[in-house]
Amino acid sequence: MLRRAGQSLCHFLLEKNSGAGRSWCSREAKMSRPVQARRLEGIDKNIWVEFVKLAATYSKVNLGQGFPDFPAPEFLTEAFSRALGGGNHMLHQYTRAFGHPPLVKVLAQFFEKLLGRDLDPMTNVMVTVGAYQALFCCFQALVDEGDEVIIIEPFFDCYEPMVKMAGGTPVFVPLRPNPPKDGKLMSSADWQLDPAELASKFSERTKAIVLNSPNNPLGKVFSREELGLIAGLCVKHDVLCISDEVYEWLVYDGKQHIRIASLQGMWERTVIIGSAGKTFSATGWKVGWVVGPDRLLKHLRTVHQNSVYHCATIAQEAVAQGFQRELMLYGKPESYFVQLPKELQQKRDWLVRSLDGVGMKPIIPEGTYFLVADISQFKSDVPDVPNSDEPYDHRFAKWMVKNKGLAAIPLSAFYSEAHKNSYTNFIRFCFAKEEATLKAANDILQKWKQEKTSS
Amino acid sequence: MPFRHKNTRRIEGLDSNVWVEFTKVAADPSIVNLGQGLPDISPPSYVKEELAKVAAVDRLNQYTRGFGHPSLVKALSQVYEKVCGRKIDPLTDILVTVGAYGSLFSTIQALIEEGDEVIIIEPFYDCYEPMVKMAGAKPVFIPLRCKNDGNSASSADWVLDPAELASKFNSKTKAIILNTPHNPIGKVFTREELQVIADLCIKHDTLCISDEVYEWLVYKGNKHIKIAMLPGMWERTVTIGSAGKTYSVTGWKLGWSIGPEYLIKHLQVVHQNTLYTCPTPLQEALAQAFWTDYRRMDDPDCYFYSLSRELESKRDRMAQLLKEAGLKPVIPDGGYFMIVDVSTLNVDLSDVDEKQPYDYKFVKWMIASKKLSAIPLSAFCGPETKKQFEKYIRFCFIKKDSTLDAAEVILKNWNKQTG
Repeated sequence: MLRRAGQSLCHFLLEKNSGAGRSWCSREAKMSRPVQARRLEGIDKNIWVEFVKLAATYSKVNLGQGFPDFPAPEFLTEAFSRALGGGNHMLHQYTRAFGHPPLVKVLAQFFEKLLGRDLDPMTNVMVTVGAYQALFCCFQALVDEGDEVIIIEPFFDCYEPMVKMAGGTPVFVPLRPNPPKDGKLMSSADWQLDPAELASKFSERTKAIVLNSPNNPLGKVFSREELGLIAGLCVKHDVLCISDEVYEWLVYDGKQHIRIASLQGMWERTVIIGSAGKTFSATGWKVGWVVGPDRLLKHLRTVHQNSVYHCATIAQEAVAQGFQRELMLYGKPESYFVQLPKELQQKRDWLVRSLDGVGMKPIIPEGTYFLVADISQFKSDVPDVPNSDEPYDHRFAKWMVKNKGLAAIPLSAFYSEAHKNSYTNFIRFCFAKEEATLKAANDILQKWKQEKTSS
Repeated sequence: MPFRHKNTRRIEGLDSNVWVEFTKVAADPSIVNLGQGLPDISPPSYVKEELAKVAAVDRLNQYTRGFGHPSLVKALSQVYEKVCGRKIDPLTDILVTVGAYGSLFSTIQALIEEGDEVIIIEPFYDCYEPMVKMAGAKPVFIPLRCKNDGNSASSADWVLDPAELASKFNSKTKAIILNTPHNPIGKVFTREELQVIADLCIKHDTLCISDEVYEWLVYKGNKHIKIAMLPGMWERTVTIGSAGKTYSVTGWKLGWSIGPEYLIKHLQVVHQNTLYTCPTPLQEALAQAFWTDYRRMDDPDCYFYSLSRELESKRDRMAQLLKEAGLKPVIPDGGYFMIVDVSTLNVDLSDVDEKQPYDYKFVKWMIASKKLSAIPLSAFCGPETKKQFEKYIRFCFIKKDSTLDAAEVILKNWNKQTG
């Protein structure tokens, strides 16, 4: 076989021109237009690519990326094995594009209970490749060039690039911390929207607001009043609500997750997003869904059928069985949706004590499996670099993983470019981890504290 | 206040879909379904076993690397290095996607935009047109034409007119989409035919999106050639493959794009902003299956070759049955579809007053009266060419013996009943 025989001028030029990237060479050297589409402008950077690599290289204890290091529940993995062993080899073939029938049926049944309304599994539910793809379908289906989309900061980082890729303009509104006056530790509930500020963000170009409750990274569980405020503005301005509720089951201290779609005037303008990965601690299965009115979901279906079309069958089959079990056990102590938050609340409290014990100030999350802590007292180890465009917490997190082997994510990762320097003394920890992992994290922190006090 | 929230411009007119229409109709279990490209044969047992094994490994139920599970991209790079005879970097030259469908989407979203033209060869796998439109670009069609003035015995009879093809290229042409082996006709483009396309790509500095999902399914006397391996083409080609078609596991929805780093990196940006990662357990099982076959790539028992042999005899059987029923099949050189000229049957459907092309009406009639389903070929054509192809329907033959037996009964009895 002729290997690389007859290498064209093109090959030669490319090898000399490494790293240029924007245009590809032409034998006639006439090409000057860029090869990539303009929709990719400004969305190529991604915090996870950098931090996942750092964690993989340096971390001894990884409390960074949000996934459990404990196993998915047995009833779920058993459902997967049963489906495979059942002899129905057609589970290896395409299923219904908008969602495997057993799964959309049980999701409709489940959410009928939760929302108190009738749902048609074929038109009010669609299955997606994780909640991530559900978000993508929402923006592509509903956000046009020139539309504004309100995003509450801090936010799960993909909202901003997805809005931009759809040609929309993100408009940010911050949660602002109101620390308790008695010097107690802050709660995620102390981070609040200013109602007047929020109202000012709505314009006639506002297409949608993205709500994430329980909120990643803070762990805030929006109260009925807070949701009422948002709902009122949505109805007044005829704005859609993209409601990312992937952590819906992870709420603590007896708090309740309230679905904004159940508020007056909201069902017809809300798309609810959910995730099997978070619900069943199986992030690698990438099964998510949307629930909403047909007049919105039909457009998501159009995007879906023109982008991925089908989701993998077997994982959907197993998740359907998981939900069937939960439907039967709903509200009972053996329900995974009761047990998981109970377990995670203990881990949360453990990590809170651990961080508080060494002088990092945790903000106690009301929900999710994330916790944000104030690292101001640890600043001394990582010097301030004036005029650096890398926010302090970014440098701190990198230093910490490289020097202490403990991985976490800087809070500035969850802010827009313009606001990256708003809060630079916070980092996010994930506590969906085995006891041994949390103990190991504590050991690192204790040792670090001792080094500081003895130096 | 009237509801102002309509669909975005990018999806205007893209809501209808041939599959939504025909898979519903054929879902009736009493109908012998040779329509959608869905194998009803079992995937090989070692493939199913690999998936069963991964279910027991905890960490495989959590997120893996976004651009592709490490063991999978490694296996893909090894297999394709052997096939292509060139180094392929698993981390920069490969992206794992949700099916080949996801690869097509990522490629088009990454590299195509408003103002671009994209050449699509007709008939085409139906998603190419809406995906190009969703990216804001203009599809430019060119049909395969039958050499022998309508008398086609083989997929090789369907060819592009080089002058006609050349006339479709201009300064706005961003890419051409190539599909070989071809769905629906089953054509396997020859080296000479690929060279004509390559020469035009190089001359006009155009990209090539090469959909090669049926790459292993080529029948005796034919060879699958990768256009990316022609001189000057690696740097401008994204080659797409599919686990679903390679291993008869369409429901795993795993595919991949392979190409030079400076193109693949843009696909990776799209991927990280659309779904981020593909499912872990399926990728791990697929990687193991690939290792098994990589080790025996010089062995005729390798699934890449054994599946092809199995399908060749099904192809021949299908063709025979169709001929006996008075139909004119076009024997495919590759893939698992066969198109058939049904005009010889002279089924009069002029009383069916639906404004659909003849083949749509024929298939609906055939489903209702013969309990046999297929897909109308005009679903795979642009507006100008529908008339040219409306006498053809497409059958899928990656079906178990009992399904083909049931089809045989229907076809043998075809002439005994009057329509």
